[in-house]
Amino acid sequence: MSTQPFRQRATITLYDDIRQAALHKATGRFRDARQAALDNLPRSDDLRDQLKQIRHATLCNLAEHLETFERNATAVGAHIHWAATSAEASQIIIDLAQKRGVTLVTKSKSMTTEEIHLNDALGRAHITPVETDLGEWIVQLAAEAPYHIIAPAIHKTKEEVATLFAQHTDHPPTDTDITALTAVARRTLRQKFLDAGMGITGVNVAVADTGSITLVMNEGNGRLVTTAPPIHVAIMGIEKIVPTWDEAAVWLALLARSATGQPLSIYTNIITGPARDDDPDGPEELHIVLLDNGRSSLLNTPYQEALQCIRCGACLNICPVYRVAGGHAYHSPYSGPIGAVISPLLFGLDNYHDLPQASSLCGACLDVCPARIDLPRLLLDLRADTVAQKFTPLPERLALQTAAWFFLDHRRLNAATPLGRRLFASQLPPQAKQPTKSFRQQWQDGELDNLD
Amino acid sequence: MPPQPTVALFVTCLVDQIYPHIGVATLRLLRRAGYHVDFPLGQTCCGQPFANSGYQPQAIQLAHHTITTLEPYPAVVLPSGSCTTMLRHHYPQLLAADSAWHDRAQALAAKTFELTEFLTTRSALPAVTSPHTTPVTYHDSCHMCRTLRLRQPPRTTLHHINAPLHEHPESDRCCGFGGLFSTKMPDVAAAMTHAKQNAIPHPNNQPATLVTADPGCLLQFQRHTPPDQPQPRHIAELLEEATR
Repeated sequence: MSTQPFRQRATITLYDDIRQAALHKATGRFRDARQAALDNLPRSDDLRDQLKQIRHATLCNLAEHLETFERNATAVGAHIHWAATSAEASQIIIDLAQKRGVTLVTKSKSMTTEEIHLNDALGRAHITPVETDLGEWIVQLAAEAPYHIIAPAIHKTKEEVATLFAQHTDHPPTDTDITALTAVARRTLRQKFLDAGMGITGVNVAVADTGSITLVMNEGNGRLVTTAPPIHVAIMGIEKIVPTWDEAAVWLALLARSATGQPLSIYTNIITGPARDDDPDGPEELHIVLLDNGRSSLLNTPYQEALQCIRCGACLNICPVYRVAGGHAYHSPYSGPIGAVISPLLFGLDNYHDLPQASSLCGACLDVCPARIDLPRLLLDLRADTVAQKFTPLPERLALQTAAWFFLDHRRLNAATPLGRRLFASQLPPQAKQPTKSFRQQWQDGELDNLD
Repeated sequence: MPPQPTVALFVTCLVDQIYPHIGVATLRLLRRAGYHVDFPLGQTCCGQPFANSGYQPQAIQLAHHTITTLEPYPAVVLPSGSCTTMLRHHYPQLLAADSAWHDRAQALAAKTFELTEFLTTRSALPAVTSPHTTPVTYHDSCHMCRTLRLRQPPRTTLHHINAPLHEHPESDRCCGFGGLFSTKMPDVAAAMTHAKQNAIPHPNNQPATLVTADPGCLLQFQRHTPPDQPQPRHIAELLEEATR
């Protein structure tokens, strides 16, 4: 059955009390903080309308904005690389490293590098990637995938982290003090920052007008990744762009508020070209990889709206399915409602047709999305595609087509009611199984004529 | 005496087949409110399970069928926020490509009402004869509160019958039903239901009775309410009992 992979993976989390407690706590904290932040932001609803409009308008002229960005970024000394696929993007980065003899790279958290499975590709090329975001380092050490778009290790307890650190450092497994654990990360990663020949990051939003990229983060690791090594490579999906700083300001005003409830993240880095004579700080080389990987195929289709996402994670935190099933059930770097939409769109409905089913279509995601992406509508469209492409199991298709035929005529429905009840008896609670006349039957038998 | 205004009662397939007593309660409430109630015999299912599962051609057929059945009436009332959303919100979208059907869908949408919405906007709440005294908590069904934006009418009707309302901390958190979702992923849906139930308020150390305006949510809650716990109720049942 088409829903089995998600369901099976979710089951692991559903009955794991530790994961349930962690999900409850983390998503609740994010939800409350987001709500408070938006309540405190004057005219936040108008701002969200504005962001939706900005994202839509930008996507409608995406090629032009990307070319402007390329021109302006090149003018300030950055190198632009275009990658059509995951494999191309990884190869570009590997080539850059190998030409310079780089064997150790530091990374700051980037979902786009997760999307292209960059760490695996680097490893195969004998280049060691070290994640330097604390949560991302934890999941790297655990050889797991991130659990949440903005909080990769929310599913781990401090006890589990202590055990993990003990396996990889001289940290005693019994010391679960959080300050001590972060000190382990700081001490271990400090040397990596100094030794790395290349720093790799994602991009939160690129600004075409000035050829700049912005990176927001709450840990100081990003600045070390982008400035300490001689080369900084930033990879971005081609949709993460705005024409000018006016639009970037709207994006940034909503990003951290929607994600963690902060007015801004602790660090908002604006990077415009590498070090140069009049601006000597920063890396010697800046390379920006523009990744398509299926995105351009969504332009000018009903699915273009999915590209409006700014990756804040708010839809995960509000989603009643994500909140019990957890991030790994989605088997994709992108989880939650947005992951259920973009995973099949970018990585193939044949691989991910279980994900659009992983929603009760409650609409809570649409309520919180800063870009007002109509995720329920996109999920419905994907379900229709799933049926049209026959990824749904044959028994389901037959059952629904047969049911519709009965529903099209109430006389057929009446005739089929006893059989239908037997078929669906297992779906009904005991209270509903008591034999009783249908409302229609009571009406037609005149039993309701004089009721008041 | 002027002739009584007529409304069509669209009971929904769940009520017709599984919860006929909710249909009966709705019928009585509407009669007490002074309406002549007709039950158009052609009605079956609004088509939402098909639309939500990706079976658009079947959903469109059922939309055609339902519009044809209900459009002769001056008003249509449903004891379900979700099915009301289907008629009012999704039919016009589903039929957008066909202007004649789209117009008919919009005409029907304009005269289709959820029960508590109808009773409150028409100021037609029957007089209370037996106030509701035990604590209740209201479950906002997803479509009713998010798409139709009907959060106040059910609460107004509960207030009308003096029901002590104790708000759930996440009254609009999905119960896990989601139509066929709860059939396709019963364990995920059950976890969602339990999460909702675990936060039901306990005034005086007793759980409040969960009340909803959607038969689908009611079914999902019933599936997961142990026999020794207060059973979930449809709001029409409470209103009917208080206005006999």
